[in-house]
Amino acid sequence: MREHSRKGPWWLEPLSHFVLLLAVAFALYPVLWVVSLALDGVQRPVARAIPWPESPSLDNFRAIIFARGNTGEWLFGRQLANSILVSAATALTAIAIATPAAYALARFPSFVGAKGGTKALLATQMFPGVASAVPLYMLLDKLRLLDTRSGLVLVYATTAVPFAIFQLRGAFETIPKDLEEAAMVDGATRFQAFVKVVLPAARPALAVTALFAFMSAWNEFILAATFLSRESAFTLPVALQRHVGEYDAAWGKFAAGSIIVSVPVMALFYALQKHLVGGLTSGGVKG
Amino acid sequence: MTVPSRAVATLSLRAIRKVLGSNAILKGIDLEVSAGEFVVLVGPSGCGKSTLLRTIAGLETPDEGAITLGGKDVTRAEPRERDIAMVFQSYALYPHLTVRDNLAFGLRLRGESEATVKARVEEVSQMLGLGALLDRYPRDMSGGQRQRVAMGRAIARRPKLFLFDEPLSNLDAALRNQVRVEIKKLHATLDATMIYVTHDQVEAMTLADQLVVLNGGKVEQKGPPLEVYARPASRFVAGFLGSPSMNFADARVSDDGATAVAEGLRAPIDRQRFSGLERGRAVVVGIRPHDVTVRRGESSAQGYRDGAQPAEISVPVDVVEAMGFEAYAHGQVAGAAFVARVEGRPDELPRRGETLALSVEAANVHLFDPETGRSLAESKS
Repeated sequence: MREHSRKGPWWLEPLSHFVLLLAVAFALYPVLWVVSLALDGVQRPVARAIPWPESPSLDNFRAIIFARGNTGEWLFGRQLANSILVSAATALTAIAIATPAAYALARFPSFVGAKGGTKALLATQMFPGVASAVPLYMLLDKLRLLDTRSGLVLVYATTAVPFAIFQLRGAFETIPKDLEEAAMVDGATRFQAFVKVVLPAARPALAVTALFAFMSAWNEFILAATFLSRESAFTLPVALQRHVGEYDAAWGKFAAGSIIVSVPVMALFYALQKHLVGGLTSGGVKG
Repeated sequence: MTVPSRAVATLSLRAIRKVLGSNAILKGIDLEVSAGEFVVLVGPSGCGKSTLLRTIAGLETPDEGAITLGGKDVTRAEPRERDIAMVFQSYALYPHLTVRDNLAFGLRLRGESEATVKARVEEVSQMLGLGALLDRYPRDMSGGQRQRVAMGRAIARRPKLFLFDEPLSNLDAALRNQVRVEIKKLHATLDATMIYVTHDQVEAMTLADQLVVLNGGKVEQKGPPLEVYARPASRFVAGFLGSPSMNFADARVSDDGATAVAEGLRAPIDRQRFSGLERGRAVVVGIRPHDVTVRRGESSAQGYRDGAQPAEISVPVDVVEAMGFEAYAHGQVAGAAFVARVEGRPDELPRRGETLALSVEAANVHLFDPETGRSLAESKS
């Protein structure tokens, strides 16, 4: 943190705080609206300057959380589990595949196919996932993976892995080679140096990359809506969307659902924030 | 402090060659390091000294040649199989480990028992005064402390051979002097074989038992530092060691063979060292700034008094740098820059525009071949 400086006229500080407050209000206003809608019994948004629920209740949350399917099963539980499993599996797959790939690209950038492979990976990032929705649908159909969690994980991994490779390659490149060499002179094999020195040094980057993969899978809607048709197979975004039908929009439930969907991501951010703070490698080499 | 005896190893390099891309980095290096010796590899950047050190460590593989460590051929051995320790210029401390775990890292990898690990960490932290730092992380320490930990990590392993890659270059000047002395002490305490890379000639001169001057991937000269300083084998070595560096001037051997002459220069030749020089032969004369004495009361080469020898060197002074205890007078001799160290009170120092009359002893005159740059001295062996 920079030392607090007292330079400039006296009104500069209050003014900057005021401007910052405005910015925060601007950013949070829509969120406040969502919260107010979720806590209101009324399903239709009323335009008001101050977002405050007319008749505060938790009915919307109850309706979402305790919703039951036609067969009487606990839908929300199923869908929440689907979302968590699919997102976590996507993050794990992305990290597991991308970590060795990125390390290889960062440390041995001239192996056969490194350049072409990198370009091919980049190319996959240029197309939106929706562009391949139809062929993917056909593929999953042939593989009998429609309406399954593993099918969805497979599809999400195809975009998450290249992205993770780029992220991690950058991270590995910033880790000084000296560290691995020191470990190897100290008695480690290259693999041990990788596991005992490089991976711990790359922990912040691994955490961020995993979080990104998790979040993109958690929030993804279009592909999930395309490949899933059974309510019990839905992920939360798909389930959420069903509350806003063509003829009837239950905005209160939708808002409550949005909040419920956001909570795990916020919790993850909170849990991982110490890893998100960079500079873990600082101090290892030089000053 | 008593330190348990360890396996101290000899190292031998034979015709080491290393090519990176189209660049030959090492062009046939031969080197013998005896047990307990402190060898300093010195040279300008790009001379191959770091590559040579990394080759000894096993981090690079030579394209040709052989490396023997303690009688065992390790040319193709992995770094971990060589039982050496290396202190990196960047220190390369493991950022996610405390000082204690950094020190223990190599020991644990080698499967030492926790009791041994604990004892060694204790021993090293006492030796280097790391006790208060053991639970800190590298990021919370100063450069000097990190440097100490890096040395401790090497010592804790009790390796056959220590390698240092410019370990002091990231420290400030005062700390550098202090740690340099500590390394010298450490070498005496540990009685270990050490190879030390630096581009700093003060480190090279003060630390080495054996100095190896590298240039362009080849060994220019090796030997005890004072001998290398006093009898440089080439113009390169002569110019590289010493500060300010040696003065060079193109000259010819006089008709009587007793002096090397050029405009403003008549340098006496030690005919025992430089025997068999043809008359009129072109030579490069090398004279260190510290090896000249000012002849008082003479203002030019012509103006010598009756009975006195003519001044060997006359330097028209352009600039005088006064350092307090001494001064450097800069001028030109035979068309090349010439620096002379002069002593005296401030009012005695030469002034710009004066011509300084200097004398030099034959023992301090070095002669080099203008073509090859090699010394023209008869080699002893």
